[in-house]
Amino acid sequence: MSEDKIRVLVAKPGLDGHDRGAKVIARALRDAGMEVIYTGLRQSPEEIAQAALQEDVDVVALSCLSGAHMALFPRVVEHLEDRQAGDITVFGGGTIPDDDIEELEEQGIEDVFGPGTNTKRIIERIREVAA
Amino acid sequence: MDDPGQVADAVLDGNPRAAARLISWAEDRDDRAWRALERIHPETGSAEIQGVTGPPGSGKSTLVDKLVDSYREDEATVGVIAVDPSSPFTGGAVLADRIRMSRRSTDPDVFVRSMGSRGKLGGLAPAIHDAVRILDAMGKDVVVIETMGVGQGEVDIVRTADTVALVAVPGLGDDIQTIKAGIMEIADVFAVNKADLDGVQQTVAELESHLRLAFEDADDDAWRPPIVETIAKNGDGVDELVAAYEGHREHLETTGELDERRRERAEHEIVSLMKERVTERVLGSEEGTRRFEGFVEDVMGRKLTPRSAAGELLER
Repeated sequence: MSEDKIRVLVAKPGLDGHDRGAKVIARALRDAGMEVIYTGLRQSPEEIAQAALQEDVDVVALSCLSGAHMALFPRVVEHLEDRQAGDITVFGGGTIPDDDIEELEEQGIEDVFGPGTNTKRIIERIREVAA
Repeated sequence: MDDPGQVADAVLDGNPRAAARLISWAEDRDDRAWRALERIHPETGSAEIQGVTGPPGSGKSTLVDKLVDSYREDEATVGVIAVDPSSPFTGGAVLADRIRMSRRSTDPDVFVRSMGSRGKLGGLAPAIHDAVRILDAMGKDVVVIETMGVGQGEVDIVRTADTVALVAVPGLGDDIQTIKAGIMEIADVFAVNKADLDGVQQTVAELESHLRLAFEDADDDAWRPPIVETIAKNGDGVDELVAAYEGHREHLETTGELDERRRERAEHEIVSLMKERVTERVLGSEEGTRRFEGFVEDVMGRKLTPRSAAGELLER
């Protein structure tokens, strides 16, 4: 009985040590029936891309609270493209100023979810892009 | 990356993206998986398949991380399959074994895959055999399977790996009691991890007394599982654990037990796939589901026994 299970990598690039938000998202996605791979704190963009590829995820969800998102998020997209895995969708979240969102989206981040985003909306967006 | 033939060829070339995709197809029971697996199956059988199991929190992932380091120092290529439970209610899972395995995360000769147990309550996912085969076909010298030490998965792992290490930790005296029933028997090697904690001598002594009883009447050439003390977080005892794996491997090869194990594995896998396909054939269509529901009503209404219902469903 075949089914197409949605797989999501939740990753924390960079140096901040706060992963409560990432864990809340991971749990919400699990409760929505998805398989969530969580890789822990302080991952480099290259490590995240390698994990995304080995785990064959549909979506990479990045969380960053350190302010370094402009440097880190686009690097993840680049590393995925280098590995012919540019079809994996990348979402961003965390403390991202509104002014940065447009530029991140131009650099290949599908969507950016700020603090207070309803997890239902994130689940819907993941289901849309994974379909 | 959609054509089974191309994916199979790429897997045989060692392409990680293709291997990752093929594992997903096997997990999803997608028809493309069977065609690709048909192609790679003849090229498999050379990888050493090792299992690591034990209760939650015993340090399995950290130990696997150190094992991988040790194999990489010997220039062996490694695949890791880490199984975590799926929720039986939503089918979702949080797979977090990579957290402790990040040290080799950019090494192209290490391939780590997390799997949810999917549907099989407490057991290993049916696709585990396929995942092992795929990592074998992509050229990994060693494939390590890590499972959580609870329930049916422990019995299943014996049917998947050539050598199984059971990880125990001191301070859970009662835990040894609980894992005794049915689980002690699966170990080819015991790793007593966190050997810097109090109580390690007691844990080792308990295991030894268990082994004395179990091997009282055993043949001289029977494999007696060695007990290795490890401190995974700083790598102590890992060399000894690797040596224990090697010792068991040698035993398997010289006694012919390896073929015996692989024969049992093939038998078991064929039988599980028959069950899967029969279920699929009976329930896999809307009409089948409707018939099934009718029989459920009959059983509820005490008109039929479950056994007769199963018989009738299989009739057609």
